[in-house]
Amino acid sequence: MAQVSSIAEEQASTLKTITLRIARYNPEHDDSSKFMEFNVSYEKWTTVLEAILDVKKHHDHSVAVRYSCRQATCGSCGMMINGKPKLACFTKISELNSNVITVEPMNNFPIIRDLAVKFERLFDTHQKIKPYLIRDDTELESDAKEFLQSPKELEQYIQFANCIKCGLCNSACPTMATDSSFVGPQALAQAYRYVADSRDKGKDSRLKIIDESHGIWRCHFAGSCSQVCPKGVDPAMGIQFLRGYLLGFRS
Amino acid sequence: MTHDEHKEGIGGMANPTRYGIERVAYWLMRLSGLGLLAYFVAHIYETSNILRGQVGWNEFLELTQTTEGHIFLALVIAMCVFHTVNGVRVMLGHGGVGVGKPARPDYPYDPASQNYRHKIGIYSAILLAAIATMYGLAVMFGE
Repeated sequence: MAQVSSIAEEQASTLKTITLRIARYNPEHDDSSKFMEFNVSYEKWTTVLEAILDVKKHHDHSVAVRYSCRQATCGSCGMMINGKPKLACFTKISELNSNVITVEPMNNFPIIRDLAVKFERLFDTHQKIKPYLIRDDTELESDAKEFLQSPKELEQYIQFANCIKCGLCNSACPTMATDSSFVGPQALAQAYRYVADSRDKGKDSRLKIIDESHGIWRCHFAGSCSQVCPKGVDPAMGIQFLRGYLLGFRS
Repeated sequence: MTHDEHKEGIGGMANPTRYGIERVAYWLMRLSGLGLLAYFVAHIYETSNILRGQVGWNEFLELTQTTEGHIFLALVIAMCVFHTVNGVRVMLGHGGVGVGKPARPDYPYDPASQNYRHKIGIYSAILLAAIATMYGLAVMFGE
């Protein structure tokens, strides 16, 4: 019993608290967003998402947040954390080195409520660049063989196939900040993912889609998209390679 | 910031503090581009003063011989050198030169496109702009 008590005391002594500032906004009846502050206890492994869920459980259940996998796989819980776009489930409170943590909805996405944003435009632009293999033949025929690919060919695009469509890159992009029609780093990186795939034959049609006034030429290589990507996709690299095709640097 | 689209706007686009030296370079590139455009317009106006004859031309040229005029020209030198050197870096990057090679990413996922070559390019542009500006100031104020 004494041992149990000492463990509890030890746990209590390691608990620290932070102030979690959550942006609240409901477009149906609010004119502007306001912040609500909550004191939350955390351990060194506590993530920002867990802190938000703690607030929902113990303080205010009406806080709106989208999440699912809690392991940086589904791409649902992207938000601005202390001014930078991050996945809440992939960001530990202890690594932020701050006693005050401010969470806001991702920039450049329309707000549904509080921290939840609409993804329709991201999915539309993703769909626009034809995110699938384009070929005349198919491996689905009964006598056809699978499309072979060497490890070297796989390396050309596998990095870009890691995209979880979380939207952090679009949120960090300086062009997205001002241009509503820009196709965005997420879709452009995915265009490269398929253009670089040795099995794909749709390079010309994809390059035609992105070669327009609000397409690839609006990217100015600020690189912020790559810095915030939680999966190591490096959209800035893919976009410059795509532009290399259009400028004749690559074939 | 309007809540309809929740765009970050020009304030967010121009904020150079959050995403490292690459975003600073992006911001300086826009700023120096706009500055050089303004100088270009001013330069056309300045040279059009030749139509006022030698006296008019000399009168206007005296404006550049003041302390404010020298500081303005020093800023033009800084913008011109930074925009040129960083422009070469950006143009090469836009062609896919020096942005790394695609590979399986390893945690913590440092982006290969933000590599040391580009960082050296950015710091070189800033350094050369500073040196050229100091040289310009030394020539103009050393008379």
